[in-house]
Amino acid sequence: MNSMISVRGVSKHYETARGLVRSLENVSLEVEQGEFITLVGPSGCGKSTMLNLMAGLLEPTSGEVLVDGKVVTGPGPDRGVIFQQYALFPWLTALQNVEFGLRLQHMKKTERRELAQHYLDLVGLGEFAHALPKELSGGMKQRCAIARAYAVQPSTLLMDEPFGALDALTRVNMQENLLETWQQERRTAVFITHDVDEAVFLATRVVVMSPRPGRISEIIDVPLAYPRTEEMRLSPEFAELRARVWRGVHHHAEEDAA
Amino acid sequence: MTDIKAQMEAVSISDGSRAPGAARPKSQGKRGRDKPLTWLYVTTLVLGIAIWWLGALLGNNVLAPTPPQVVESFIEGFSDGSLLMNTWASVQRVLIGFVLGVAVAIPAGFLMGWYRWARGLLEPWVQFFRTVPPLALIPLVIVFLGIGEPAKIFVIFLAAFLSSVLATFQGVRNVDVTLINAARVLGAGDGTIFVKVVIPASLPFIFVGTRVALGAAWATVVASELIAAAFGLGRMMQSASQFLDTPRIVVGIIMIGLLGFVMDRLLLLLERKLTGWQETR
Repeated sequence: MNSMISVRGVSKHYETARGLVRSLENVSLEVEQGEFITLVGPSGCGKSTMLNLMAGLLEPTSGEVLVDGKVVTGPGPDRGVIFQQYALFPWLTALQNVEFGLRLQHMKKTERRELAQHYLDLVGLGEFAHALPKELSGGMKQRCAIARAYAVQPSTLLMDEPFGALDALTRVNMQENLLETWQQERRTAVFITHDVDEAVFLATRVVVMSPRPGRISEIIDVPLAYPRTEEMRLSPEFAELRARVWRGVHHHAEEDAA
Repeated sequence: MTDIKAQMEAVSISDGSRAPGAARPKSQGKRGRDKPLTWLYVTTLVLGIAIWWLGALLGNNVLAPTPPQVVESFIEGFSDGSLLMNTWASVQRVLIGFVLGVAVAIPAGFLMGWYRWARGLLEPWVQFFRTVPPLALIPLVIVFLGIGEPAKIFVIFLAAFLSSVLATFQGVRNVDVTLINAARVLGAGDGTIFVKVVIPASLPFIFVGTRVALGAAWATVVASELIAAAFGLGRMMQSASQFLDTPRIVVGIIMIGLLGFVMDRLLLLLERKLTGWQETR
């Protein structure tokens, strides 16, 4: 009953030239406060649609999405969104990017600066406060975007394949970095990925989705304790969980191909 | 030059040997490649003048101006003050027409890009007049504005406006939707998004339009001075033509080329300063 996010009987349909696309069909999901949910599934399973509905960037065809007890009608600073393409404002420095949301809340300059610096430090980017995005690597840009989302103190963090464009090694580092940040300032998190390993490593629960129509096919609990370590990745429990998620994703993908 | 840089960037990106997450080597080897280019500029300039000179000597045409004659004509124009007076008259027209044109084009382009109704109302006219060279309007403009300064400035204004309005419009249309969404989820409303995201994001496009507008203004000024002007480089060249004073015509051409070049460089400097945040640079 302590749900931070409630997705209730939500469908999202698109009219296209090739007919009706049922991106999501009658999907329901409860996310508890402080949970870390990962959404996995093949492309076209509606995972991005689901995230955009939570963010308020899309409206459902039917059903409703509630965040913190309120029906979502549009985007708002209570839900931080982290995009795959970083979406940093290229004309602002890292610090100014983080300050962007705080400025909109009319926070005083010194206070704002201090808070922004705090979050840059938190993601390990403190020394790059005055760098422009073009001077940052992909991983650093995404860390800056995470700091920017955190700074406005959202109750929920919505992440759409944030590490999708990064190389494998940076990716693993980013996952640990994100969990570290998340453990220090715990928010309800919804994280989209197509990487099964990443899905298990981060989540308290993995939500497996399948396409045509987009729906939830399986929810898998991840009973591993935080902080999650590199050894855990190599543990038999982890392998077992990964296999379950993998079967879930693969099974439905196969079914789809048949 | 930018092309070469872009190519070099492409090379350094595709170079798989660099460590993941490491900053990409930006202007490595830039000096080594720029230097020969400078020498090529000098060489081609000298070569061009030499060919011109040779052509003038061998062409067996008394009217073909040689470089010394042109230099002489330059000195003459400077010493009697006529060259400066004519130049100033043209520069004034270009600047007034260009500044007015761009000043109207930028807000108009923003309106067209941001509001559907503005696009619907303005775009057909812009597209139509874009296909009509402003000079073709001169006969009509003379009827309404006479043959004085207003007519000339109006034509230049129109040329500058038409070149930069579409660039601004395109700039607004090309603003990355993710950036707008990013601002929206941080709590920004439409007004804030326009001021804090759309305007800065479309600056690179606006600058392209502005530089094209400057070129259009210079292209138009000479012809506009064919309508009864007392002074101006176009006027000067036209009367020189009547006296078969070809060196003076070349002086006019060189002045226009140089002034256009210098003004373009100034805009480029401003552009670098204001849009230096772009990834491609």
